[in-house]
Amino acid sequence: MAVLTIRDALNEALREEILRDENVFVMGEEVAEYDGAYKVTRGLWKEFGDKRVVDTPITELGFAAVGVGAAMAGLRPVIEFMTWNFSILASDQIINHAAKMLYMSGGQFKVPIVFRGPNGSAFQVSSQHSQALEAFYANFPGLKVVMPSTAADAKGLLKSSIRDDNPVIFLEQERMYGLKGEVPEGDDFIIPLGLADIKREGTDCTIVARSMTVPLALQAAEKIQAEFDVSVEVVDPRTIKPLDIDTIVGSVQKTNRLVIAEESHEFASVGAEITYQVMDRAFDHLDAPIKRVSTAETPMPYAKNLEAAALPSVEKIIAAVKDVCYL
Amino acid sequence: MPKTATSTKKVSAKAGLNGSAAKTTQSVKANGSSADDGSYFDLELAKAEYAARRDSQLRSIKTIDKKLLREMLYQMVLGRRFEEKCAEVYRMGKIGGFCHLYIGQEAIAIGSMMALEPSDMVITAYRDHVQAMVKGLSPESVLAELYGKEGGCVKGKGGSMHMFSQEHQFYGGHGIVGGQIGVGTGLGYAAKYKATGQVVLCFFGEAAVNQGIFHESLNMAQLWKLPVIYICENNHYGMGTSQERAMSIRNIAKKAESYGMANEFVDGMDVMAVREATLRAIDRARNESMPTLLEVRAYRYMGHSMSDPGNYRTRDEIARYQERDPILLFKDTLKAAKVLSDKEFDKIEQEAAAAVERAVEFAENSPYPSESELLTDVLV
Repeated sequence: MAVLTIRDALNEALREEILRDENVFVMGEEVAEYDGAYKVTRGLWKEFGDKRVVDTPITELGFAAVGVGAAMAGLRPVIEFMTWNFSILASDQIINHAAKMLYMSGGQFKVPIVFRGPNGSAFQVSSQHSQALEAFYANFPGLKVVMPSTAADAKGLLKSSIRDDNPVIFLEQERMYGLKGEVPEGDDFIIPLGLADIKREGTDCTIVARSMTVPLALQAAEKIQAEFDVSVEVVDPRTIKPLDIDTIVGSVQKTNRLVIAEESHEFASVGAEITYQVMDRAFDHLDAPIKRVSTAETPMPYAKNLEAAALPSVEKIIAAVKDVCYL
Repeated sequence: MPKTATSTKKVSAKAGLNGSAAKTTQSVKANGSSADDGSYFDLELAKAEYAARRDSQLRSIKTIDKKLLREMLYQMVLGRRFEEKCAEVYRMGKIGGFCHLYIGQEAIAIGSMMALEPSDMVITAYRDHVQAMVKGLSPESVLAELYGKEGGCVKGKGGSMHMFSQEHQFYGGHGIVGGQIGVGTGLGYAAKYKATGQVVLCFFGEAAVNQGIFHESLNMAQLWKLPVIYICENNHYGMGTSQERAMSIRNIAKKAESYGMANEFVDGMDVMAVREATLRAIDRARNESMPTLLEVRAYRYMGHSMSDPGNYRTRDEIARYQERDPILLFKDTLKAAKVLSDKEFDKIEQEAAAAVERAVEFAENSPYPSESELLTDVLV
């Protein structure tokens, strides 16, 4: 297996899918000549040219719409948002158009499109550039929502997303682009959407984490193991919608305790949804109330210490695990 | 791009002969705001220009296939009678939700769409019943959709605002003002990407021009040379707000020049003028892969939707526009050109009335969708 950064794993996925299907093209701000604002598309324009890798004006609503129309007419656009914060300008096209088209056309017009880019906080980029939008997009029927946390998942899930016939919201994390991991070789490596992955097996407490909170949860699990001899299982749903609730419930039935770690704000979050579904499916298995670790209910501050205080951390996750384990 | 600039100039000059766009002057008021002069809306000017081009129009109409002319008139009459029936059955509670009628604007859909090849793509806003039928959807499938029945073109899932047909390359039926302008731009992007030779007709109302997506779309279409024909159906009112209360510069065709795009102002009460302008735009789209903005001026006789109280305009205003009714004008032209007789007009009326009755019967008898349909078509 090759060891790749998440950035390069995504780049490989794009390259392989462009090669595999002539209808796949990548479009967005600075994706071509600039090589991508975060270098996810590095080298693709030089290799494939203007037709397959398309720089756009700064016109998020406009190029999202071009993607939706092109997908309706048979292409497979991969639309990059430089960050998901900018997708809010394009949300009319994502929510009112892409998500609705199949249904309101009575099943006639599918929209096989991937919207992708970094989601959540970065490094002190403050209020308008730090939002985690998975709960927002997961609330709308007609969209799939994907959040990889490793290089292998990033590659396998992006390839599946591009081949999927539905609009897919593919949420990466800027802080994680440089994280390295083993990635299976071969251009037929894909990971089906809708399957959770148990990132660490354990018996005493489950942490459901996604994207940036997965490495935090794994570190927390190691420390808790060492300090308290508590065995933590880390479940990464990988796809938020459709959600693999069976794997999460199965883990809770084994450990009887659940902590949810997420980068989004807690009000009406994906964690809130998982909490409900676990309560509905496994209430009698819970030995303690479910705890969540989320981002503070405030716009993201700039100051380094305040930003750290707002975000989930290894320490906050350890504290939550201790709470549910009555330690 | 000198080539673009030249062709834009040429088209603009042509628009001056055909419409009043080139005659518009911008006056700067004392308070510094600029506005069009009143003549831009002048019905008398429209009448004069119509009279001026009538002789040449009558000559050219004789060169057009009589069957096509008859079909154009039939589609206009069918569209009118269909929408009148919608109003009637809406009041009887047969149709739910919103219902936006096309009465008064028929020359735009018929004049432009009947200049297309069947494989060309069409997308429009929520005032979509007539466009859907001109593109080939049966009146039965459109009315059944309005009834929310299983036999509707989208199985009762869309209703009045969301007619679609993959078979007929009709891409909807969209309810967010201006949203389809961007989607239509994407359809053109796909046509160019795949080199299919298709062109796109993308319809929207004049109020959509104030949305950002209009400007974003025109910019991209010209930048990327997309075969899209943007047809602004200027019916004077965005719901109950007149264009003059909503738009700082009312000359919509000229807005294309901000993007270096070819444009024309067209009399939307004259179906042949719409056809000719669209043919020029189709030629530009198909052969040069270049977009065009057509501002087609018509008038909405009915309210914005069936729930519109209409207190923002007078009956007299409506009556003045109805003097230039597009069906009356076209009938008069066909008669003057000795293409169709009164007897044939009567026959067209009878055929349209019969088609509407068949649609009513079909819609009435079509079952409601099965409840099992609720959760289908959310994801593929």
